[in-house]
Amino acid sequence: MTFKTFLIKYGEIGIKGKNRYLFEEALVRQIRHALKAVEGEFDVRREQGRIYVDCLSEYDFDETAEALTRVFGIVGVCPVVVTEDTGFEDLARVVIDYVRQMYPDLNQTFKVDSRRARKNYPLASMELNAALGERILDAFPDMRVDVHTPQILLSVEIREKIYLYSRVIPGAGGMPVGTNGKAMLLLSGGIDSPVAGYMIAKRGVKIDAVYFHAPPYTSERAKQKVVDLARIVSRYSGPIMLHVVNFTDIQLYIYDQCPHEELTIIMRRYMMRIAEHFAKESGSLGLITGESIGQVASQTMQSLAATNEVCTMPVYRPLIGFDKQEIVDVSLKIGAYETSIQPFEDCCTIFVAKHPVTKPNVNVIRRSETKLAEKIDALVQTAVETAEKIWIE
Amino acid sequence: MEAYLDNSATTRALDCVADVVVKTMTEEFGNPSSRHQKGVEAEKYLRDARETVAKTLKVQERDIYFTSGGTEADNWALIGAALANRRAGNHLITTSVEHAAVLQTMQYLEEQGFRVTYLPVDGCGRVDPEDLKNALCPETILVSMMYVNNEVGTRQPVEEAARLAKAYDPRILFHTDAVQAYGKYRIFPKKEGIDLLSVSGHKIHGPKGIGFLYVGDQVKIRPLILGGGQQKGMRSGTDNVPGAAGLGAAAREAYTDFEEKTERMRSLKKRFLEGLAQMENVFVQGQAKYALTRPEECGAPHIVSASFPGVRSEVLLHALEERQIYVSSGSACSSNKKQPVSAVLKEMGLPKDLLESTVRFSFSAYTSQEEIDYCLRQLGELLPALRRYQRH
Repeated sequence: MTFKTFLIKYGEIGIKGKNRYLFEEALVRQIRHALKAVEGEFDVRREQGRIYVDCLSEYDFDETAEALTRVFGIVGVCPVVVTEDTGFEDLARVVIDYVRQMYPDLNQTFKVDSRRARKNYPLASMELNAALGERILDAFPDMRVDVHTPQILLSVEIREKIYLYSRVIPGAGGMPVGTNGKAMLLLSGGIDSPVAGYMIAKRGVKIDAVYFHAPPYTSERAKQKVVDLARIVSRYSGPIMLHVVNFTDIQLYIYDQCPHEELTIIMRRYMMRIAEHFAKESGSLGLITGESIGQVASQTMQSLAATNEVCTMPVYRPLIGFDKQEIVDVSLKIGAYETSIQPFEDCCTIFVAKHPVTKPNVNVIRRSETKLAEKIDALVQTAVETAEKIWIE
Repeated sequence: MEAYLDNSATTRALDCVADVVVKTMTEEFGNPSSRHQKGVEAEKYLRDARETVAKTLKVQERDIYFTSGGTEADNWALIGAALANRRAGNHLITTSVEHAAVLQTMQYLEEQGFRVTYLPVDGCGRVDPEDLKNALCPETILVSMMYVNNEVGTRQPVEEAARLAKAYDPRILFHTDAVQAYGKYRIFPKKEGIDLLSVSGHKIHGPKGIGFLYVGDQVKIRPLILGGGQQKGMRSGTDNVPGAAGLGAAAREAYTDFEEKTERMRSLKKRFLEGLAQMENVFVQGQAKYALTRPEECGAPHIVSASFPGVRSEVLLHALEERQIYVSSGSACSSNKKQPVSAVLKEMGLPKDLLESTVRFSFSAYTSQEEIDYCLRQLGELLPALRRYQRH
């Protein structure tokens, strides 16, 4: 069966009171953005608290549905049949035709759920349910009515036109991106950070990202991998400005000046500082990391406290209570996993000590950092100024 | 300055190669299988290329079959010969340092019920012919031994191995993967007892996507690619005329002024080895490590494999890359957890610190002395700095 229209169901944003129109506008914007990549011509319209996508040209159903189900804020995507109101008899014919095409196996239970939004329609909702139900039973004697747990829930909405649908393709949920400000994601080549970015974007937050590379210790391919990961996240979050920071000199300077076991912690403190710099510059309201308590030495409670204290912005850690497998599951779901597991060296691991501190004392770390006083500001300045900015969409 | 020292990975196509490729793509673009004039014109290119290649090996034109490259030639030689001779026996012999195109194919044949012996190598990566002698058995139908190892440049005792195999049983087929050797040595299969020989185009300044397999005229082999019956039904698929013509041009060039060219490569290699010898804590791998003391057998003229303990090969590779010097690391990629190091170096028994720090430099007849000197200079500058920062 071919459909010309999708009805977009959205959940949470329906309850946001006076801000509702802002959320709906953001959702429409995100839907339009998502459909840009899909071949075909589409019109996205808002009508009586509903969003419809009209397909104005030939299009691929699966490709379109897939693009729509990636948009945050959408709870469900329903392919609908739209018909003019030319009387009950015509409607009944359309309904029977729809059931025949959609459900060739007629031995199923169903329920008609009509909604009379246009109040001058001659039949009330309950009456319409009964009348259409009877017609369906007449046409398909094998079908049975089940008002509690029907296998087929046939929705009929009487508006200016009449909308008929029964299939709901589950959407991504969450809130439309752009309704909740912006945050800066610390993106590495690993499994966790793209998932963290995805999860925060899901709450309606626009994402920018920063990546630290350390040539010649990390390769051009490692950087390409991060660009690829940013592109995967951007399929959900919308465009991302990726800041690529050359971190080598800072890292080597820390290596020269500070105890080796503290290298990773001190390095991460500088990463946070630099990320916060870019966050402020671009109007972000927080940082996002893929950290999860205890996963590695730099993610113990003590380590997190030590890296956290260098920034004034909130640091969002959506994976903080996740086990690795749970993170992997989301990574697989969003299609990042295969890219994430490409084996390229990451700048966090190149000089990692055999026994890095796992319970850093903040005061000790601060004291170690004073040994960097001579050059570190200039090095950070250079790293910030020479950062490459890549627009990813 | 740029120094491309990764000629064992691939080479720049010669201008004369590119010209004939373009010509056979845009002007004389016919399909040799067509009966009309256009097809006849195109067929001429194919015949010329085959003739050129055959001459370099002193074999019959009809024994040259074009393939999509070295990998296909290796796959076909092994699978085709093993299946065609299965009734004579099910034992195959190869070396433990072959290219993946051979090793993976051997594994596949093991899954198909063949028994495979992998010969060990010495510290230079060379097979001891005695080991081959001991491995031969009445079931043996094929021996495959690469001519030159692609990672360390060590030359295998192919002629001796073929002689031993044939002495044991003249019906045993001998295959050699000559991808790194063709164009660097004069190879005469008939004289050396080679029945099957694989070559790739892009390692000798030819195009990618073309190679050939020499199949001796008495050799029983089954086709691997079936279809329209091109190349006497032994290798179907529309003839890759631009590829073959390009390969022909490259082969002709490689064997023109051949002695001069190999001598040139040898002197580059010697210069490079002398430069490395000046540096502290650098270890040349393969036969080349004896090159300065025993120059008579120093391995292929174009490959130097060297270990720089204290510097991970990938890091050195990228550091050189920043200075426009392009080389290969033994291990394709690595993380601190699992380090997929070179199987060849491992077979040679290298300790861990050398395994992780080995880099391959490979030259061509068109490499300049300036490139060599530039690379040596940069190595001299880079190594102390890179060694200062290490993972503990």
